[in-house]
Amino acid sequence: MRSVILSAAARLLFPLLLLFSVFLLFRGHNDPGGGFVGGLVAATAYALLSLTGGVSSARRVLPARPEVLVGTGLLLALGSGLPSLAAGRPFMTGLWAGFALPVVGKPGTPVLFDTGVYVTVLGIVLLILFTLQEEDEA
Amino acid sequence: MNVLLVLPLLVPLATAVAGILLLRVPRAARAASALGAAGLLAASIALLSATLDGTILVTQAGAWPAPFGITLVADRFAAAMVVVGAVLLAAVVASSVRGLDAARERAGFHPLVHALAMGVSGAFLTGDLFNLYVWFEVMLMSSFVLVSLGGEREQLTGGLRYVVLNLVSSALFLAGAGLLYGTVGTLNMADAAVALRAMPAQGTTSVVAALFLLAFGIKAAAFPLFFWLPASYHTPPMPIAALFAGLLTKVGVYALVRTGTLVFDRDRAFTDPLLLAVAALTMVTGVLGAMAQTDVRKVLSFHIVSQIGYMLMGLGLGTRLALAGTVFYVLHHIVVKGNLFLVAGVIRRVGGSFSLDRLGGLLTRSPLLAAAFLVPALSLAGLPPLSGFWAKYLLVRAGLEAGHGAIVGVALAVSLLTLFSMTKIWAEAFWKPAPEGSDPAPLGAGERLSLLGPVLALGAVTVAIGLGAGVLFRFADAAAAQLLEPGLYVRAVLGARGGGG
Repeated sequence: MRSVILSAAARLLFPLLLLFSVFLLFRGHNDPGGGFVGGLVAATAYALLSLTGGVSSARRVLPARPEVLVGTGLLLALGSGLPSLAAGRPFMTGLWAGFALPVVGKPGTPVLFDTGVYVTVLGIVLLILFTLQEEDEA
Repeated sequence: MNVLLVLPLLVPLATAVAGILLLRVPRAARAASALGAAGLLAASIALLSATLDGTILVTQAGAWPAPFGITLVADRFAAAMVVVGAVLLAAVVASSVRGLDAARERAGFHPLVHALAMGVSGAFLTGDLFNLYVWFEVMLMSSFVLVSLGGEREQLTGGLRYVVLNLVSSALFLAGAGLLYGTVGTLNMADAAVALRAMPAQGTTSVVAALFLLAFGIKAAAFPLFFWLPASYHTPPMPIAALFAGLLTKVGVYALVRTGTLVFDRDRAFTDPLLLAVAALTMVTGVLGAMAQTDVRKVLSFHIVSQIGYMLMGLGLGTRLALAGTVFYVLHHIVVKGNLFLVAGVIRRVGGSFSLDRLGGLLTRSPLLAAAFLVPALSLAGLPPLSGFWAKYLLVRAGLEAGHGAIVGVALAVSLLTLFSMTKIWAEAFWKPAPEGSDPAPLGAGERLSLLGPVLALGAVTVAIGLGAGVLFRFADAAAAQLLEPGLYVRAVLGARGGGG
C-alpha cells in the first residue's frame, strides 16, 4: 500500500532525523544520548525511505553496504582504543586533544568509540531490515 | 605488559572486522583469517612466556582502577588456555580451506570463528564476573550463528536445543551474579574473594556457589545437563564442530575452576562432594551413551561429555596434584578432541559417510588417515605414552592419595570403555572391508595439505605432550599451586589493599 502522505513526509523527515541522530551522538558524552541511540535514529531515517520507496531507494542514499558499515564501525571502535596503547596507558583509556572545537568541545577517543557504535548500530539494523524487506519484495 | 593482555582480544577482533569488510572477496578473507589465526597464536605464546615465571599480569581497561573498572588478568592457567585455544583455531582455519563449502565461507564463517575466538580468550582473561558473562555471550552469539550456518534441517533442530539450554544457563549465571552483587557489592573476582572471606559463613554464599555451579555445569555439559551437546554438536560441518568440541565446554570447566578456587573456596565442603558425584555420573553416562551410537560424530560427541567428568574429578578432589591433573587434562583434551572431529571430517570425505555401517576399508585406502586417527583416539582412551595417559595417571594418583577409591575405580572403568568405543570406530571404519557400493574418493594434493596437515600437526602435539610429559606436568603443577594460593591473584589485582584479606 502506498501512502502519499507518508512518502511526502519521509522526504522531509529524512534529513531531520539524520541531523537529530548526529546531535544525539555528540550530546551523549554528558547527557542522555550516545552512539547507540544515535545509530537507531539514523536507521529509522533509512527505514522510512525503504518503507515508502522500496529497499533500492534507501540503498541508493546509503553511503556503503550495511555489512561494510558494520565493519567500519567496529574498526572505528577498535581504533579508539589504540592511541592509549601507543601512549603507554591501559587499553581504552580516554585521551583528549589539548584544544577545543566550537560547539562540540574537546575531541577525544571516547567520541571516536561512540561514532563506531553509531555506525555499527546503523549497519546492523539496516542489514536486518533490508534482508527481511527484500525477502518480502521478492 | 598491558599490550600482551589485550592482544589476544584485539587480534581476533581486527581479524573479524577484516573478514566482514572482505566478505565479497573470499580469497582475501581467507588470507586475513589465516593471518589472524597465526597472529593470535604468536600473541598468546608471548603472553604465556611472560607468565611462566609465576608473574600474574594485570591490566585495568580504560585505566579505571579495580574493583570499579574491568580487570584483565593472566596467570599460568589462563595464559595456557589462551595458547591451546589459538592452536586449535589455527588448525580449524587451515582445515576449513577444503573442509568447508564455499557457501558457508561466503556467509561469514571467518569473521564468526574469530569473534568466537575473541569471546573464548576474553572469558579466560577476565577478572570480573559480569565481564565473564559478557564474554560468554560474545562466544555464544557467534556459536549460535555458526551452529546453524547453512540452515540445514538437522542443523536447525540441533541449534534450537543448543540455544535454549545455553540461554537457561546464561539466566542462571546472571541470577547468581545478581545475588553475589547483592551480598558483597562487587563482581570483581578478587574483590569478591576478599569480601567473602571477611564475612561470617552464611547460606547465601552457598546458594550463589550452587547457582554458578549449575550455570557453568550446563556450559561444560556435566551430568545431568549435558543432553544439549549430543543433540547439536554433530550437525554443523566438522571444522566448526571441532572448534566447539575442543573449546566451548572447556570454557565452562575453566570458569568452574576459576570461581571454585578463587571466589567460592570457602564453600568447598559443600561443593566438592557434589562435584565428585557429578564427575562420576558424567563420565559413566557419557561413555555409555557413546557405546550405543553408530555415527562417528555422535560417538565423539558423547565422549566429550564423558571426558568432562575427568576434569571435574580433579576440581572435586581439590588437592594440588588433582588440580594439576585437571589443568593437564584440559590442555591435552582441547587438542585431542578438536583433532578427532577434524579426523571425522576427513573420514566423511574419504569414506563418503559418517555412519559406521556404511564405512570400511579406510586402512588400505588412506594409511595416513588411519595413523592420524589412532594418535588422538588412543590418547583419548589413555594409552601410554600419549598425552591422555599422563592426564589420567595424575588424576588417578591424586584420587588414591586423597582416599577416594570409588571415583578412581569409575575413572579406570570408563577409560577402558573409551578404549572399546575407539576400537569400535577403528574396526568398523578402518579395518572392515569396504561395504558394497561404496566408491573410493582419494584426496587431491590440495586436500591432503588442508585436511590431513592440521590433523597430523595436532597429532604431533599430542605425541610431544606424551613424550615430554614432565615439562607439561611441572607447568601444570605450578599452575595448580598458583590456583591454590588465591592471595597472589588478589594482591596482583587489588595491590596492597587486598594483601590483608
